Amino acid sequence: MPDKTDVPQGTLALMVLKTLELLGPLHGYGLARRIEQISGDLLAVNQGTLYPLLLKLEHEGAIASDWGASENNRRARFYRLTRAGHKQLHTETRDWEQTAAIIARFFSVKGEDLS
Amino acid sequence: MKSLRRFFARLSNLATGRRADQRLREEIEEHLAQQTADNLRAGMSPADARRQAVLKFGAVQAIREEYHSELRLPFIETQWQDLRYALRQLAAAPAFASIAILTIALGVGATTAIYSVIDATLLHPLPYPRPEQLVRIEAHFSGIGVRDIGFSVPEWKDFQRSGLFQYVSPERGGSVNLTSSSQPARIQFKSVSPNYFALLDVQPELGRLFVPDDPTPGFNLEVVISDGLWKRDFGADPHILGRTLRLDNDAYFVVGVLPPDFHDQGRTTDLRNTEIWAASGFSRLPLPPPARGARVFKTAIARLTPGLTLAAAQSQIDTLVQALHKQFPGDYPPESAWSVRLVPLGETVVGNVRQPLLLMMGAVGLVLLIGCVNVANLLLARASTRGREMAVRQALGAARMRLIRQLLTESLLLSLLGGIAGLVMLFFTRTLLLQMIPATLPRLNDISINRTVMLFAFGVSVLAGTFFGLAPALQAARLEPSDVLRQDGRGSKGSRSQTWTLNALVVTEFALSLVLLIAAGLLVRSFWELYKVPLGFDPENVMAVRLWLPVPNDPTTDVYRTRDQEAQFIRELLRRGRSLPGVKDIAVGSPGAIPLNHEKSLFALVLEGRSTRSNLPYQVQGSSVTPEYFHLLGIPVLRGRSFTEWDVEQAPRVALVNEAFARTWWPDEDPLGKRIKLGRAATSWTTVVGVVADARTESLEDANIPKVYLSSWQTVEKELAIFLRGRLDSGRLPEQAREMVQSLDPELPVFDAKTLPDVVSGSLAHRRFSVQVVLLFALTALLLAGIGVYGTISYIVSGRTRDIGIRIALGAPRTTILHMILSQGLALALAGAAAGLVGALIVSHLMAALLYGVSPGDPLTFISLTLVLVMVALAACYIPARRAMRVDPIIALREA
Repeated sequence: MPDKTDVPQGTLALMVLKTLELLGPLHGYGLARRIEQISGDLLAVNQGTLYPLLLKLEHEGAIASDWGASENNRRARFYRLTRAGHKQLHTETRDWEQTAAIIARFFSVKGEDLS
Repeated sequence: MKSLRRFFARLSNLATGRRADQRLREEIEEHLAQQTADNLRAGMSPADARRQAVLKFGAVQAIREEYHSELRLPFIETQWQDLRYALRQLAAAPAFASIAILTIALGVGATTAIYSVIDATLLHPLPYPRPEQLVRIEAHFSGIGVRDIGFSVPEWKDFQRSGLFQYVSPERGGSVNLTSSSQPARIQFKSVSPNYFALLDVQPELGRLFVPDDPTPGFNLEVVISDGLWKRDFGADPHILGRTLRLDNDAYFVVGVLPPDFHDQGRTTDLRNTEIWAASGFSRLPLPPPARGARVFKTAIARLTPGLTLAAAQSQIDTLVQALHKQFPGDYPPESAWSVRLVPLGETVVGNVRQPLLLMMGAVGLVLLIGCVNVANLLLARASTRGREMAVRQALGAARMRLIRQLLTESLLLSLLGGIAGLVMLFFTRTLLLQMIPATLPRLNDISINRTVMLFAFGVSVLAGTFFGLAPALQAARLEPSDVLRQDGRGSKGSRSQTWTLNALVVTEFALSLVLLIAAGLLVRSFWELYKVPLGFDPENVMAVRLWLPVPNDPTTDVYRTRDQEAQFIRELLRRGRSLPGVKDIAVGSPGAIPLNHEKSLFALVLEGRSTRSNLPYQVQGSSVTPEYFHLLGIPVLRGRSFTEWDVEQAPRVALVNEAFARTWWPDEDPLGKRIKLGRAATSWTTVVGVVADARTESLEDANIPKVYLSSWQTVEKELAIFLRGRLDSGRLPEQAREMVQSLDPELPVFDAKTLPDVVSGSLAHRRFSVQVVLLFALTALLLAGIGVYGTISYIVSGRTRDIGIRIALGAPRTTILHMILSQGLALALAGAAAGLVGALIVSHLMAALLYGVSPGDPLTFISLTLVLVMVALAACYIPARRAMRVDPIIALREA
């Protein structure tokens, strides 16, 4: 089992937004499970940290939430992406890709390339 | 943007906090239930499934805290906590709280009241758009010390053409007989150029205003009337436009009505109360043909071209003046040094009230400051009893900043409550206070408790709260908890720095109140000197009523044109007036003959056998009167004779002068028989036949103003005043006089009836007002200072009970104890007095212009008021000192 890396701030938010974009409205547990699945056990512990983050995103207007019924017919809070959330996701995805590309280029550089 | 949204979301959560908590709990529960269900499906035992789910979720408490900090605004919440705590603290000490709140309420209320006056007058003197562009143009013959000589039409055109101004409008104030309304009335009237309202940038309520570039050379027979006149005399008639008004028997028609909030500008109350405006080119009858030397209007106002500063405009005007000097040397003799000044219009409207108002603001500011010092004293005394509370809180880990914040919150709460109470008091007493203000104050009607004034009150409260709260807060937070807690019971026993702060505050208080006391003392003495000054005339039982004979623009329609026609009218007036009930004596004169009436009539004076420098005449105040005038007012004729019934038009022209006149012009000669000419155009000489005693008829402050009197039978005077002496019914007399005059000519308005004692006291109104206000503030300050020293000495005594007990136990005589405490108070008072005397000297020299008959450094005032202050201090110390004297050593030592 690989070490559970700490989820960097902002990354988790991006994951939440992307997951909601892909799968539509989800409740907290559903989100946690999906992220765990996709990220390969990244969120295997401390799933609770998701909730303050969801509140923050809601305050920022990126997501909205309503009460609804879960698969086993219990009351659960469902989160969905807002229009502002879509926009935020796209800008942040682009930023992330740019950053990743730059870092990738640095890693691919070999000593002789610079001499 | 995002963070702003978050802030508001959190703000709204303050109200919905509990529901959010509920939501989190439900979500956690649901999460755990689903995880447990999944774990069961994966084959775990029920207990293990639950356990694993909880483990995977993480530390619930930490998550909740994180969630909550996202939910809330910690700063506001702490503030809210502090506020509730402060409220509880104040409620627990109601006596302290109410004294502090009342002190602040008085201070803030009084300061705000004065500020509301300043806001309306000094800060917003001109209720017109872009007031900073408005200027008054003044012309002087600086070389010979003659001010405000006025302007001629060519000069006006020069200014208009100079490119420095958007508009230049002359103004001639006066009054006219309005005879087409319900009752003939004397209405304040202004003739202006057609661009006047465009210059002020006002819009009419009804109809239109003048056409700015109307080229009519004379009056264009259009008038604009005020909203007040429209409602008062025309019942707000909506069909007023086009209606004909008869003004001095000339027909004008109304083209517009000004809005109710329009107030005209002007140097005097009369000018500001103008109700009818007519436009004129000032180049036709009744004015002389335009010539550079014919200065037909006294003053002009202008609006500067946008972007031009006053200084730049002034320097360009100076250049223009130099050019005119060269071009017309005959009209501007070099020795007269004709000069033109641009003065901000607002300054000329409120100029004479600026100093008294600033004085009052200073006084009230000092009172507020003293009030703050008192509250600071109270807080300090309280802080020492709360020392233990603070120490315990600090020992339990409260940060110093947090304690300071807590204490500051308390004092700010106090000051804001005080401020609100002050505003409420002001609101309920405002009509009463407004009545105290003399009616001649500019923009009196615009004084209100508006948003700016409330904002001011709020700002002052916050400042005051910070000021009086800071010292006690810092003091309390500086305490070392271990020191305090080690001491028994009563907490800090007057630590040295605390006593020092207290003493400094009391000394400040004394100094400030002495400054105020001395300022008030000097003002009261000035007022008293003026009040008891021998007037030189006897105002008792005299009333003056004014009337005005019309001056139609066409002289042939004037029924009072010649001296004979007018003299006949006046004689009939005197004959009928004598039969009015109660009247013993009656005289008629020009308005300048009414004592202390500020309408001056200046005559150009030429003395026989004496060449004036250049052809510029001297100027002298003059009025015409009928023979009975001097007897009626009790002004003695010292030499020569008074006027007689034979000094008529056909007889040689005669004049009386006062002593000041004789002293000025013929210091070593006999004035009788000397000949003068009054008015440059006068052709015949007037012989001085008598000298009357000096009387303060022109100004209470100055008895030394030269004055000349002419016989009413030998002059044509359109403005008249009837003087009546006897047992008069001042309530009914105005109506009786009106009926009497209108039985002679129903078209004449009779107005402005007043008793001379009222006139005399009215001329002191401004002064009385500032004296009252400053005196009131000074007494308040003295009272507050007394309370302050009482509080401080009491506090020191109570802190030293043990020490005093030991002294008494060791055999110190009780009088020694008394002396010890009293001398402590005396030392504070003397230190305060020393500082106060220095301050008072500075202040009294600053207000020297407001004093009369007393020097700014008047030793009597300074010494006696310092003594008063010291006496008050000793009296305030005496009570705690006696308490100290009676300390029972046994009780004191056992308790401490």
